[in-house]
Amino acid sequence: MSALPDAEALLPPLAAALRASVTPATVMVGVFTGGAWLAERLHAMLGLAEPLGLMDIAFYRDDYHKQGLKHDPKRTRIPFAIEGKDVLLVDDVLYTGRTVRAAMNELFDYGRPRSIALAVLVDRGGRQLPICAQHCGARVEVPAGMRLRLKRAADGRLALELEDAA
Amino acid sequence: MPRNPQLNANGKLQHLLSIEGLPREILVQILDTAESFVGVTEREVKKVPLLRGKSVFNLFFEGSTRTRTTFEIAAKRLSADVINLNIAASSTSKGESLLDTVANLSAMQADVFVVRHASSGAPFLIARHVKAHEHVINAGDGRHAHPTQGLLDLYTIRHYKKDFRDLTVAVVGDVLHSRVARSLIHGLTTLGAPEVRVIGPQTLLPAGVEALGVRVFHDMGEGLRGADVIVMLRLQNERMTGALLPSAQEYFMKYGLTAEKLALAKADAIVMHPGPMNRGVEIDSSVADGPHSVILPQVTFGIAVRMAVMSIVASN
Repeated sequence: MSALPDAEALLPPLAAALRASVTPATVMVGVFTGGAWLAERLHAMLGLAEPLGLMDIAFYRDDYHKQGLKHDPKRTRIPFAIEGKDVLLVDDVLYTGRTVRAAMNELFDYGRPRSIALAVLVDRGGRQLPICAQHCGARVEVPAGMRLRLKRAADGRLALELEDAA
Repeated sequence: MPRNPQLNANGKLQHLLSIEGLPREILVQILDTAESFVGVTEREVKKVPLLRGKSVFNLFFEGSTRTRTTFEIAAKRLSADVINLNIAASSTSKGESLLDTVANLSAMQADVFVVRHASSGAPFLIARHVKAHEHVINAGDGRHAHPTQGLLDLYTIRHYKKDFRDLTVAVVGDVLHSRVARSLIHGLTTLGAPEVRVIGPQTLLPAGVEALGVRVFHDMGEGLRGADVIVMLRLQNERMTGALLPSAQEYFMKYGLTAEKLALAKADAIVMHPGPMNRGVEIDSSVADGPHSVILPQVTFGIAVRMAVMSIVASN
């Protein structure tokens, strides 16, 4: 297994790639928790006009009946009209694709966007749904049974970490 | 010690029967989850797919339009199918027992029973007999408990006051017959409110109420002094006849909340009422409609709180 990439080093090239796709209708929505941290950084780097949207997909998960409701769902805040917008959906790690599906379902309950593009810091493969990222910082190999997560230090720096999924 | 009948083997909330005995952690979980649902209720599409395919049965053995309606709205906003049964007017009047009624509904593939009953303890009895995947929510049983009302009161207090740790809460009126008061007092104690007061005539306060950890006042002026939160209870008209009170007018004079009495509380005090309210009996219109009143926000928060309770129990 190769070493994990430095999250901070992935940010500038990811922001540059996103900048090329920005339209006057672009808005950004980050998925709690790691995706929200990442989106805060990217949103500032791109200087988007609309404030950042933040989304907790707890009420849209497809494993609610197996896993239950997570303990502390955050409040989704979409401080703009979704109708007709080009949405940049931001998450930290792309894996099965189920979170992205849930996030898209939730977005549509706020309105009909003109488009949705997905930006992730890392793609670890293992997709279970036909979903792909338009913008991806890096691809990494992660052994099954391990969870790849974004962490945020007290000084705001982001870092990728591997932990046991169990 | 016998297991709390509301919790499953993993300590998770299986049924919501009473706030009494629920750990602080679960109360906070419900309030936090409700906060996220408040966001949902402010959207254009006020629905999430969480309970899609589940059936919620509203079993109201005692009438209550408002509570039933808010449970119905909450369940529909979770995408559940809702079946309302006004049992008072159906099977039981033909002699069917409570457990037979529930067994029949269970055979119709129920997932959640919302139960209102005039007898204290009826929801507990049902909870003991339902299948493992079925959940019971107490929507008010006799004089005992009304946990979702208590939770929405707690939610409202937290919304406006942020923290329970420095609060003085005054509960005014007919505490004796109030399941709302009982549920709220247990919740406030669990969440650490340092001073809970009950104010009312001797005849409307239960004997030994101090054992719940409250201070007792018979004088409105003394009891309201310095209060952050005032919870007015409904004076049920039928109490007049039982020689508990001289008259509605005299009650209003002594215990009705007027602007003058409200001025004794803190300047930023909030006024709550579980509804339905009797204007001019326990509360003056100028207060009910005034700047301190949060009576209508309570109703709105109540839907989010019931969504939180249903989604938490149904997943455990």
